[in-house]
Amino acid sequence: MSIFQYNGSAVVAMVGKNCFAIASDRRLGVQLQTIATDFQRISKIHDHLFIGLSGLATDVQTLEGYQRLVFRHKLYQLREERDMKPETFASLVSAILYEKRFGPYLCQPVIAGLGEDDKPFICTMDSIGAKELAKDFVVSGTASESLYGASEAMYKPDMEADELFETISQALLSSVDRDCLSGWGGHVYVVTPNEIKERILKGRMD
Amino acid sequence: MGDSQYSFSLTTFSPSGKLVQIEHALTAVGSGQTSLGIKASNGVVIATEKKLPSILVDEESVQKIQHLTPNIGVVYSGMGPDFRVLVRKSRKQAEQYNRLYKEPIPVTQLVRETATVMQEFTQSGGVRPFGVSLLVAGYDDKGPQLYQVDPSGSYFSWKASAMGKNVSNAKTFLEKRYTEDMELDDAIHTAILTLKEGFEGEISSKNIEIGKIGADKIFRVLTPAEIDDYLAEVE
Repeated sequence: MSIFQYNGSAVVAMVGKNCFAIASDRRLGVQLQTIATDFQRISKIHDHLFIGLSGLATDVQTLEGYQRLVFRHKLYQLREERDMKPETFASLVSAILYEKRFGPYLCQPVIAGLGEDDKPFICTMDSIGAKELAKDFVVSGTASESLYGASEAMYKPDMEADELFETISQALLSSVDRDCLSGWGGHVYVVTPNEIKERILKGRMD
Repeated sequence: MGDSQYSFSLTTFSPSGKLVQIEHALTAVGSGQTSLGIKASNGVVIATEKKLPSILVDEESVQKIQHLTPNIGVVYSGMGPDFRVLVRKSRKQAEQYNRLYKEPIPVTQLVRETATVMQEFTQSGGVRPFGVSLLVAGYDDKGPQLYQVDPSGSYFSWKASAMGKNVSNAKTFLEKRYTEDMELDDAIHTAILTLKEGFEGEISSKNIEIGKIGADKIFRVLTPAEIDDYLAEVE
């Protein structure tokens, strides 16, 4: 089994009208055994910037909460007295991942944020930092193939926040249902210029 | 005075609480050719005297005003070779920032990193401080900015400033002439007049250098022909 499938994961982000949504599953497993059903895969970098990481759970935690990324952004905020733009943050993540080119972090990030003029920005990259920008949605994780299909079918451009929430939740739940390694509910953030709505989804708990 | 006993080692404080080498570095700056900068409402201008040691020197080969990035320029008073080293280091830092964030470096960040380099040379073994003060002119998202960096590593943001031989006359002149809503072309005229104040000999496009940056965020050194036009307007 590939190391990327050791823990199981599903992350998806979608662009709406002056808003974005980012969602992940909640299962943490060790191959076929489920260890936790409340694993946090998405971190807030600042009020208008989120990152979700799929892949090996220890690298997810190292990169996100405890070390590199939140730390780097906090230093940037102190030095430059401003929040990082999403495009800048994506370049930073890409550089950090490429530093470990020959012994990489085994995760794939999904970055979602509101840039200048509250324009939504999403991108994903592979484990060594190759960026892929998209205008509609990006996916990552063991359920990524199902996520591609479900998102492609359900996505419409310029959705408002509530409709975006419904769409991304349906896409996530139906995709993780087809993947034994991800699931046990969903964690969805819908971000508009003025508020962040965080919601927990209850799906098939298996 | 007790201070002179402490002037041999850079990294030792004198009893009066000064680092004497830095004072000497500032003296070196103060005997350098005059340079000045003015921040207008829509841009920044920096200018310097370009007095060459002999008429045989090819004045086009001498460039006292340099780019650090496409939207940040710098001029100095003091020792030319020290300036070259600092420009090289600053350019590298600016490019490293760009490579990491894929974004041009903000003026304040570049000034801070350059000032940090200058400070390091006041607290390391076996080195001496840089014998230059810099005037950094840039235009970024925060608008036009003008910073002065001293050999000690301290930096200040200025609306208008001067350094070098004629500093006190120049600053008095600038204090009288500066207005908050000055536009870039007015600022260039004022800069030329300020340089003229203490100029020995005839001012011309061959013995001054002017650099400017406007809302287009592109720093340019003016050609001699352009300087001649401004000089004619000033007459």
